[in-house]
Amino acid sequence: MSARDAAATAPRGRRAGRWDRLLASESTTGWLFVSPAVLVIGLFGVAPIIWSVVLSFQSNDLVTPATWVGLANYKALLKDPMFAASVRRTILYTVLFVPVVTVGALALAVALNRRLRGMRFYRTAVFAPVVTSTVATAIMFNWLLDPDFGIVNALLVKLGFSAQGFFQSPSQALYCIVVMTVWGWLGFAVIIFLAALQGVPQELMEAAAIDGATRWRAFRRVQLPMLGPATLFLVIWLSINALQLFDEIYVTTRGGPLSATTVVVYYLYQQAFQVFQAGYATAIAYVLFVGILLLTVVQLLIGRRFVHYRS
Amino acid sequence: MSFVAAERADALEGAGLAALPEPAGHHRRHPSWWHLLLLPVALLMIFPFVWLVITSASTLAETRVFPPALPAGFPLTWIQNMVHNYSAAWTQAPFGRWALNTTIVTTVVVIGNLVFCSLAGYALARLRFFGRTALFLVILATLMVPFQVVMIPVLLICKQLGIVDTLTALVAPNLVTPFGIFLLRQFFKTLPVEIEEAARIDGATRLGTLVKVLLPSMAAPLATVGIMTMLWSWNDFLWPLIAITSQGNMTLQLGLSSFVGSHTTNWPVLMAGTVMTQVPMLLIFLVAQRWFVQSFASSGVKG
Repeated sequence: MSARDAAATAPRGRRAGRWDRLLASESTTGWLFVSPAVLVIGLFGVAPIIWSVVLSFQSNDLVTPATWVGLANYKALLKDPMFAASVRRTILYTVLFVPVVTVGALALAVALNRRLRGMRFYRTAVFAPVVTSTVATAIMFNWLLDPDFGIVNALLVKLGFSAQGFFQSPSQALYCIVVMTVWGWLGFAVIIFLAALQGVPQELMEAAAIDGATRWRAFRRVQLPMLGPATLFLVIWLSINALQLFDEIYVTTRGGPLSATTVVVYYLYQQAFQVFQAGYATAIAYVLFVGILLLTVVQLLIGRRFVHYRS
Repeated sequence: MSFVAAERADALEGAGLAALPEPAGHHRRHPSWWHLLLLPVALLMIFPFVWLVITSASTLAETRVFPPALPAGFPLTWIQNMVHNYSAAWTQAPFGRWALNTTIVTTVVVIGNLVFCSLAGYALARLRFFGRTALFLVILATLMVPFQVVMIPVLLICKQLGIVDTLTALVAPNLVTPFGIFLLRQFFKTLPVEIEEAARIDGATRLGTLVKVLLPSMAAPLATVGIMTMLWSWNDFLWPLIAITSQGNMTLQLGLSSFVGSHTTNWPVLMAGTVMTQVPMLLIFLVAQRWFVQSFASSGVKG
């Protein structure tokens, strides 16, 4: 018991018995305070991580007893053309989604950082999709892009183009997913950039103006470098979420048409809950995990070369 | 995988980020060129919502015409159509039950996170106890693992506990999140120890100090944890999809996705159902936009 604790208990006239001391000790209080967290995270966080390692070395259909198969799941994964294709699709999606959201949000954030009439409306409009669920987003875009009765096709026909298949076209479905998810994530990215822009001291911009810098140069040379940490965070965060794309696919295309939108997590879901290959699915999850970790580390290393300010 | 987010939350909370005020300056007299960018983008962003509501005010026949047009008879027929579509959705699927389920799950998860993450965050930041560093590292490690890695074992554990296909399965794994613990721990670290010591000398217990002295000064980080877990819980899809099978235990998002399957051709009713599932969160967002934006800026969790 520290002197501080003694001072705290003494005025209340408690007898400093052994039991009392134990109860009042920091160690007991500490473990009491963390016990709910230890219970929940232990049971639903730590134990599953260990279990999933075991699972990925098993053949397991979630019903009959599992059998140990060693590295067979990982070996099969290397030769699985469906898996390779799903990885390629996921990479294509990520490579399109991340830059579009990042650059688009940067431009929008600069615009939304000004003092203009109607700013409240603009900001609310841009932010609203952030709280919209992925399921609702998918349903709305399914209807907007309906090949037969959708309003987007109506617009295209009116402008002299032919009607498109969108989600029902194998060559277009993945790009439609990109458009839909960009709509859903743009507001989030704008918020990150807005917060960063407002962290740039006003004096710096004023100093640049006094030194005769044009607005563009002040933005390019003063504001943009200071957005480095926010941009790095955003690119990493968007990439992590892009690699885990699932909800929107499930609701719009179910991986189709002709597997055109079967991304890694959707393939994993099919393996686990449609063909009941839980061991194989967990192996996919581990490969995804390693992929995410590697990409994050690479992005952090590249980021270190270009980001010179701490957020 | 919210490690990066929590790391960043720490930096921003520490810096005392405000709720994104508009920059100081004065209104220009002539309209700005920026409107040329902002107006079309803003209209594009809200158009899906507008078309959603308009479709929910159409008749089935009106949605089966190409090119689509505005439904006839504004405003009276629109209102009649809406009454028809919304009550059709309400009677054809248990939206009321789903809303209740989602509200229960979200409320319990939010309260659980606020209480237990505060306790754990405080202990990890301030109390010296055996195994503290190891425990903190383990919690950090679980933050980095994507949900897909653990979802099958979590399902199997829920099976063992006999809680699969119950609301408990939706609540229990999310009752305490590593993200919330990490965020609050980092915030507790920024508070001066002197305030606490003063309270302790005045005879307050640890719990009393935490509840009466520390937490009242933590509105911003607590709001972040509350809003993030609320949004996450309300909109979560993948976990309910695998944990819940019976219709009566579904959440709004899962129910809505099952509603899609049976109403692929009846767009007005499907749109009415979609509106009903999104209105509660959109209303809360419109009322508390400042807090939402601040929370996103300092945590960065969506979807």
